Amino acid sequence: MVGILEDKDRIFTNLYGLQDWTLDGAKKRGAWNATKDMLDLGRDWIITNVKNSGLRGRGGAGFSTGLKWSFMPKEVKDRPHYLVVNADESEPGTCKDREIMRHDPQLLIEGCLIASFAMQAHACYIYLRGEYVLERERMEAAVKEAYEARLIGKNNVHGWDFDVYIHHGAGAYICGEETALLESLEGKKGQPRLKPPFPAGAGLYGCPTTVNNVESIAVVGTILRRGAEWFAGFGRPNNTGTKIMSISGHVNRPCNVEEVMSIPLRQLLEEHCGGVRGGWDNLKAVIPGGSSVPLITREMSEAALMDFDSLREMRSGLGTAAVIVMDNSTDLVKAIARISYFYKHESCGQCTPCREGTGWMWRVLERMSVGEADPSEIDLLLDVAGQVEGHTICALGDAAAWPVQGLIRHFRHEIEDRISQYRSRRANFAGHAIAAE
Amino acid sequence: MPVAKVNGVETEFEPGMTVLQVAEKAGHEIPRFCYHERLSIAGNCRMCLVEVKPGPPKPQASCALPAAEGQEIFTDTPMVKKAREGVMEFLLINHPLDCPICDQGGECDLQDQAVGYGRDGSRYAENKRAVEEKNMGPTVKTFMTRCIQCTRCVRFITEVAGVPDIGMISRGESAEITTYLEKNIDSELSGNVNDLCPVGALTHRPWQYHYRPWELKKTETIDVMDALGSNIRADSKGAEVMRVLPRVNEGINEEWLSDISRYAVDGLQRQRLDRPYVRENGRLRAASWEEALGAVAEKLKAAPADRIGVIAGDLQDAESMKATLDLFRALGSANTDCRQDGAVLGYGPREGWLFNSGLQGIENADAVLIVGANPRVEAPLLNARLRKIWLAGKTEIGLIGEQAELTFDYSWLGAGSSTLAKLPKAAMDFLNKAERPAIIVGAGALTGAGGPAVLNALGALAKKVGVVADGWNGFNVLHTAASRVAGLDMGFVPGQGGLTAAEMVKPNALDVLFLLGADEVDPTGSNAFRVYLGSHGDRGAHGADVILPGAAYTEKSGLYVNTEGRVQMADRVVFPKGQAKEDWAVVRALSGLVGQTLPYDTLDALRTKLMADQPTFGRIDYLPAPASFDVGSLGKKGDLGDVDFYSAVRDPYLNNPITRASVTMAELSAQRIAPVAMAAE
Repeated sequence: MVGILEDKDRIFTNLYGLQDWTLDGAKKRGAWNATKDMLDLGRDWIITNVKNSGLRGRGGAGFSTGLKWSFMPKEVKDRPHYLVVNADESEPGTCKDREIMRHDPQLLIEGCLIASFAMQAHACYIYLRGEYVLERERMEAAVKEAYEARLIGKNNVHGWDFDVYIHHGAGAYICGEETALLESLEGKKGQPRLKPPFPAGAGLYGCPTTVNNVESIAVVGTILRRGAEWFAGFGRPNNTGTKIMSISGHVNRPCNVEEVMSIPLRQLLEEHCGGVRGGWDNLKAVIPGGSSVPLITREMSEAALMDFDSLREMRSGLGTAAVIVMDNSTDLVKAIARISYFYKHESCGQCTPCREGTGWMWRVLERMSVGEADPSEIDLLLDVAGQVEGHTICALGDAAAWPVQGLIRHFRHEIEDRISQYRSRRANFAGHAIAAE
Repeated sequence: MPVAKVNGVETEFEPGMTVLQVAEKAGHEIPRFCYHERLSIAGNCRMCLVEVKPGPPKPQASCALPAAEGQEIFTDTPMVKKAREGVMEFLLINHPLDCPICDQGGECDLQDQAVGYGRDGSRYAENKRAVEEKNMGPTVKTFMTRCIQCTRCVRFITEVAGVPDIGMISRGESAEITTYLEKNIDSELSGNVNDLCPVGALTHRPWQYHYRPWELKKTETIDVMDALGSNIRADSKGAEVMRVLPRVNEGINEEWLSDISRYAVDGLQRQRLDRPYVRENGRLRAASWEEALGAVAEKLKAAPADRIGVIAGDLQDAESMKATLDLFRALGSANTDCRQDGAVLGYGPREGWLFNSGLQGIENADAVLIVGANPRVEAPLLNARLRKIWLAGKTEIGLIGEQAELTFDYSWLGAGSSTLAKLPKAAMDFLNKAERPAIIVGAGALTGAGGPAVLNALGALAKKVGVVADGWNGFNVLHTAASRVAGLDMGFVPGQGGLTAAEMVKPNALDVLFLLGADEVDPTGSNAFRVYLGSHGDRGAHGADVILPGAAYTEKSGLYVNTEGRVQMADRVVFPKGQAKEDWAVVRALSGLVGQTLPYDTLDALRTKLMADQPTFGRIDYLPAPASFDVGSLGKKGDLGDVDFYSAVRDPYLNNPITRASVTMAELSAQRIAPVAMAAE
């Protein structure tokens, strides 16, 4: 066996699509088993168990899912409640929700029903990323099957009227931010809202709404079937459960794999991915949680556990657990410049620091990647990143700043080398002129 | 009241206030660009960041954060200072810094705040962004490179003006404010976006490069382009009024101004009458004041008292009307009228011709019936208020008259007087169930032969559904002329057996017809000796036998009474053109020549007389509380007939001599009014 998680404990048993994705196949693998019984135990039981399982949101921020659900008003007043599933998976490096929707759509739909029941929502919107065409077709087919089997819909077998709507976005990264997603779902331009009010108070169409990641919802059915203790038994305290990790980059076998939380990063790479290309010593840096978290060095990677707390201690983050591995052949400055370009391109333009700062950072990094900069600009860049971080309406500003900060924190010498190399080849250089003024 | 600490000092605040408001209350200035009290909160400029405890360890946007009991707010910590410097730097990196050639220079929020909260230099070494200019119509000049994307203009146009014409396209650095496919802003309030713009991205196109703000002399005065009496500040350079900006008056215009009031000022420079003229052998010739006044006096003395008459215009100040009225009464004439449009008002209690609920008070109405008026055209700022209460969702609005495109939804109840004769049940229901119903009747319903009957029917309806009740008077007459209420208040209506304006201009009705700035009646049918006293060479002056040059509204101090009955005093901004005199002084001089010397030598004495004769004029800037009156006795019972109501104002951009002389207004008329007419054909 490779890794830690045993096959009997996998939630996504069809992660690789080797088996039947349809309702029949999913039922054989356990989906929709005893769902009615779970609903009969009541919403308090569901929320308590989700809380006890220690499930933390799988979309990146890692907020306790059960706690989030409990923020919804206890009683439905004049406004209906909504569940919105965030399937706008756009974080570079991340490809976990896609596999769930392709291969285990019934788990997601079942989770939607349970979560909606727990929050007294009769309607659920699944907001799919614009580029996910096949996934949309799969989801639509799966929802149709579920309707036909009367698992969902009006007067379904579970006794909770429930509709699922698939909404296809237009492919903007920012629509993965929950309030921008709601704006987009309402038909407006996808720009994050000011918080407070939080969606649980005033979300979709001003009604109480909970926005959850696909994975957070899809695991709920299995957690309740097998018990909160089972799920809480994996990983370290406060970082429990299993998680799909997407490993890409310079490993021998990039893959998606469901593993327990807190698995050592090195074990994950070596056992599931066949190790770093050219051996562990050839490793240069790892971005452990999707492009928006700061990178960590090889030394740190040796000690890193794939969970929220361990990576936070290293001033990085688990994010979506999308591990991007970079070996010694990687031009890190260029790589971070490319990430910076992504955030510049995807900034919604609503608030000042992100609109202006992302472009500034990208331009400086582009110059730095060829060495055409002044050494003092490294500190300038760090300062600009600090001026963006924490000053914006949503977290995209932070996401744009962190990779830059990570680069300077751990690989400042590379930038300096690049600049001096550039200068050593020239009698006159751009920085020269700037300095002379 | 809850208490929060601002920089360590306890401050009481009202529940619902934001952190920004609490800090301001405690006397700490919070810099801001996107935040505006009268618009929704966007929170996107990030300039108003402050430190708040308890809260996350990062600065918070104070404009959008609700204040809470026990909160500690810090506005001067190193973290706040650094955050402001950072945001300021970001705003400036792509701002062109072309202040020396920018119209906003000198009154620019970005300039001021850059000095107050910014760094001393720029660290940005990259190329700056450039954005193409956009066409937004004749009122708005754009320099979009200067834009800082605060979206105030977008929010104003969407929320207050109620047209979906401005928006932000693209994202990130490429985000641009634009109208849809270079379309003009089709709003009568478009000029306000230029005021709102905190930088020089949107500036006043008609005044582009005409002045620098520090050269201007600023005079607070009153607008006369509609009957609301908006409070304005007229800025002048030398003898010319360069621009008009709104002043805050919560009761009238809040802080907005219509395009007409704002941009008609170029009309003050054109078509002006600057010296007296007399007609000789069918041609006008320049004359001296003595000669012109002598000619008028001779004719007035020669004619029998019932063969002379006077019509007062729409822009007249109360003093000149009072002097003229006194003169003609002294001459024994009953032929006096200030109602050029022919609306039969001015009899009975004063409430019968006022906008009794008040412009601000209309916000308390829960049902509004508009009859024969198009508020969007006749009083754009009243329309904005109606939109405001409609947006709040507590008021139903019904309309009898033409189905105009207003900026709110209303239920159309019928086209005219026949609807009024037999009101549909739906209309009765929505008025009946309302607690504070209001009726807004426009001149469009009251002109014409059936006017008194319509007024009577509306009065009866008002009585039936409780429009006038204890502490509430929702019977509202919406006038279209700034001078009208003052005229009615002082009794500038035909005396016993006197002729109305329409009768005076008929052939052989009079020997001498005196037009006191009256340009909206058609005097061409009259064969009387015609005297015109006014500021512009317009319809009234055309064909006149003697022309006496008067002062426009910015050139004299005068009292105006707005449609609510609020008396306001306008101030002189510049002196009258050439040999022109203030109107009251001309009438006073004439009175001496006809041997009926008026008993006042100064404007103050004239005002004293006016206030003695009609005490309401003495209460300046005062809005009476809603008074109860017998609304059922208005007008005259009669056959309502079947007449469709139309707004009394067909083209608001060409509605008085000043706007007709204005190039900007001609352009606006061509762009906003003419296409509509074409579409209807």
